[in-house]
Amino acid sequence: MTQYATELSRIRFRSARALTVLALGPLTMLGGVVWAFVQPWRVTLLHPHGQGFWWLVVEPPLLVSAAGLVFALLAPTIVRDLEDARGP
Amino acid sequence: MQPPAEHVHWLFATGFLLLGLLLLAEAIVGREVWRLRPWRAYLWPSLFFALGVLMWPVMVFFTNSTIHMLAHSSWAQVMMLAGAAELGLISGKLRNELWRLAVPLAFAVSGAAFLIHEANPWLYSRSAFVHHVCGWTLLVGALFPLGAAFKPRSLVFNTGYALVIVAVAITLYASRDVAPVFGHLSPSAGVAHR
Repeated sequence: MTQYATELSRIRFRSARALTVLALGPLTMLGGVVWAFVQPWRVTLLHPHGQGFWWLVVEPPLLVSAAGLVFALLAPTIVRDLEDARGP
Repeated sequence: MQPPAEHVHWLFATGFLLLGLLLLAEAIVGREVWRLRPWRAYLWPSLFFALGVLMWPVMVFFTNSTIHMLAHSSWAQVMMLAGAAELGLISGKLRNELWRLAVPLAFAVSGAAFLIHEANPWLYSRSAFVHHVCGWTLLVGALFPLGAAFKPRSLVFNTGYALVIVAVAITLYASRDVAPVFGHLSPSAGVAHR
């Protein structure tokens, strides 16, 4: 086996399912970021003066990004199990 | 310290978004892979149950009308039932697969409650529109968990089930206390704010 072929064999091609699961978290976070740009007044941290408690705590674009982040932390384990179950 | 109603909708939207993402991931990788780690199997049913528990304070503090209280308490009960049924099936304490029907029941009851407790027409205000959309989405979308109860490995039913919850989450994020919808806002709804 040539060096090139050896390196190629080391590359693990991820399945479409694995890539989809890995993409869900970042795509959700991106959705939150895009929303923050489209409706910046929804992110009251950018202009906190005079805002009430709930307006400072509940900021939908940040909540969307947070949900995406939580899922993104779980996704690598899910993909690892998927690839282990699929075999080499 | 009571949050405005729209903030409560956004908080629940976040819970439903996370629930939808978890269900979507399970639909994509399949139940067997999803349950390779025991803690992961309990993840979304626990979240479903917790959302039901969190609906009780909403029922207690948002007492606009009797029908609001009935709607919120029925949501709380069916979401807790759906979460608990799934937890029971996973732990092996429940063996009859018909317990899976608790989820479509939760969808149908929630959809009906959305529609029944919204007294105003679709274009009365943003809030009324959101409630009508959520109600019909859940009522029609109940077909997906119903199908998944009988065909647990169906990619279509399981993905549809997850996407219905994501759709409800997105719709709930659009909720506002007093805001126009497609340029319509009834004068009796009040004055729109930011």
